[in-house]
Amino acid sequence: MESAEVLLLARAQFGLNIGFHILFPSLTIALGWILLYFRIRYARTGDSAWLATYKLWTKVFALSFAMGVVSGITMSFQFGTNWPGYMLKVGNIAGPLLAFEVLTAFFLEATFLGIMLFGMNRVPGWVHIFSSAMVAIGTTLSAFWILALNSWMQTPAGHVMEGGQIIAGDWVKVIFNPSFPFRFAHMLIASGLTAAFVVAGLSAWRLLQAGDDASARKTLRTGLALAAVRAPLQIFVGYLHGLKTLEHQPAKIAAIEAIWKTEKGVPLVLFAIPDDERRANEFAIEIPKGASLVLKHDHDAELEGVDAFAPDAAPVAPVFFAFRAMVGLGVLMLALAWAGVWATRRGLLPSRRMLWAFAASTFIGWIATLAGWLVTEIGRQPWLVSGILRTAGAAGGASGAQIGVSLAGYIVTYTVMLVAYLVVLTHLAGKGAHP
Amino acid sequence: MSLDLPLVFAALMGLAMLMYVLLDGYDLGVGMLMPGADEREQELMVASIGPFWDANETWLVLGVGILLVAFPIAHGIILGALYLPVVAMLVGLMLRGVAFEFRVKAEGWHRELWNWLFWFGSFLASFAQGVMLGRFITGFHPGFGYYLFALLVGAALCGGYVLLGAAWLILKTEGDLQRKAMGWARWGLAWVALGVALVSLATPMVSPTVHAKWFEDFPSARTLALMLLPLASVLAGWVLWEATGRMKRGEREFDWMPLLAAAAIFALAFAGLAYSLFPYVVIDRMTIWEAAAHPSALRVMLAGVVIVLPLLVAYTAFAYRVFRGKARSGLYE
Repeated sequence: MESAEVLLLARAQFGLNIGFHILFPSLTIALGWILLYFRIRYARTGDSAWLATYKLWTKVFALSFAMGVVSGITMSFQFGTNWPGYMLKVGNIAGPLLAFEVLTAFFLEATFLGIMLFGMNRVPGWVHIFSSAMVAIGTTLSAFWILALNSWMQTPAGHVMEGGQIIAGDWVKVIFNPSFPFRFAHMLIASGLTAAFVVAGLSAWRLLQAGDDASARKTLRTGLALAAVRAPLQIFVGYLHGLKTLEHQPAKIAAIEAIWKTEKGVPLVLFAIPDDERRANEFAIEIPKGASLVLKHDHDAELEGVDAFAPDAAPVAPVFFAFRAMVGLGVLMLALAWAGVWATRRGLLPSRRMLWAFAASTFIGWIATLAGWLVTEIGRQPWLVSGILRTAGAAGGASGAQIGVSLAGYIVTYTVMLVAYLVVLTHLAGKGAHP
Repeated sequence: MSLDLPLVFAALMGLAMLMYVLLDGYDLGVGMLMPGADEREQELMVASIGPFWDANETWLVLGVGILLVAFPIAHGIILGALYLPVVAMLVGLMLRGVAFEFRVKAEGWHRELWNWLFWFGSFLASFAQGVMLGRFITGFHPGFGYYLFALLVGAALCGGYVLLGAAWLILKTEGDLQRKAMGWARWGLAWVALGVALVSLATPMVSPTVHAKWFEDFPSARTLALMLLPLASVLAGWVLWEATGRMKRGEREFDWMPLLAAAAIFALAFAGLAYSLFPYVVIDRMTIWEAAAHPSALRVMLAGVVIVLPLLVAYTAFAYRVFRGKARSGLYE
């Protein structure tokens, strides 16, 4: 088999794994904090409805967490099996960051999760609340380290060459590299939105099934209120993230906006079908000078196009479409959340049609997160670590047949797991919380 | 005097792997024993490991993580050579891990299916780990005999995990299930004896280096001292047999002893292997110093380990204390 095809298989396999994995942390990072809120509300009020709510959502959390753990373990092996060149080249940076994730986050969350899930009757209340807090802190710490590493791969900083090896010169600069604060904030809010819509959506599902349910009303309102605050915040942070990307990764912006030629007064392409072969847009709907205005705050400013980076330019079409999917879903989330907050004001129950809309958008955050992840990862191609290591230079020696067998195995396993997950989640939500 | 960082990390990696084998070993063993129990007993068995399995698996991530970050060159060679068994293990661990949650939430034939997947995942992961061990200690040589050997080690490791799982159940349960576990433990012990003997005979035969380390100037003070390792293993095996015998005669206060003895057998076998392999990370091909990452990376990780490890031990001990005593059903309700 051609090595290019093997590389594509290796990327497909890793992409499948990481795309499957990202679903669950993006839910549990924020859900951990929501659970802590439910738990504290119960401790404060002694109201058994809060306890029932807490217990129901703990089940959702436990299930999602287990899915994240097992797919995460798989990923830790795939670093080595699929991308051995990655560790050889930048292992002295990536290694310690991953090690810190295991040491500070994985053990913390895994150990205290046991107490949080099964220890409520065995430890005093404050120890249980403490354990829930440790789980939430653990998931967030885990995001901190992994996003520090991912951001470093996007915008490397703080490293030096010594004896032909890349090592850290300044760990603070490595961790707090230029894109990290924006990416970390963007991911945490994305998690917040994902969890808020899952909570609201499954609560709406329960209300549709049961007619009415005090606990589901509470959680519907909680989810919608959280989403209503986070959606505009996310759009703002995403915009700042984009400006930072223009500064450090202009090639990615060229792909996002489908700008083929470097010029002044670049139009904003609302929709088009970018053609990577011909390097042109078809059926383009544009706002004249819009991209220059949005990105440089000057309608005549010059923006670099794909031609400035070729042959090291990212493929335009997938990045362009994924970005538009992400932004479109972001705006849709904003509209849904605000409409929902209005419809649930003063304890009102929304109409059935509206409940259906929330139920249908339960996993809207997942799709937006995946789209955003595609933008940032494909937008970095052909680099694995910007300017330092090419994706093709990191691939391993596994044969096409080996990767084919394992890819088939993963696809079957993930499909079974995802179907079972969705069945159980809707089943749990349909039954609701029982004090 | 400067610290020999690759040596320190080799020791840490060994510790993490041993912890993993002991800890996840008992819960995978319990998973493999599920078909031998009725429905009520199965609930107790899962309840006994439910709070722990997740943290137990984290030791695997730590062990592989240290291999990845401290010995990156060796990591590529080892995981490249073990590509398919690693995939099999991961699929097994995935199925087993999510089955904890799914089997209690599913109903009807779905529950049957997840119970079966719980067993199958435990078995597949254990067997694959044994195959990986078998390939690793024979230096990944191709050839029918070597592959057969790896399969036998796979079967032996399943037996070893069954022993750990049964010993765990002796500690964590009572009554009929505990009595059943005593029988399982004795079966597991027989398998372990076979497996340890197999590995002990095969490694010196495959590698002249290993042969020289154990038998070169036999009988010298060093090689005679080394014979204490197999002797101690036999002693631990005898203690285990004796402890289950005493318990069968009603001396309940020994319920912790089989687990301790089983852990001792694993630790001794591990020490023997470590002695055989040292200082190689890929046998006869690459030493830990040749494979090590840059000292700057090792130093910063060591700082992290020194700070975090005491905390980790403390809260792990706390979690085991919270769930001490016999397992009770109803954990997942």
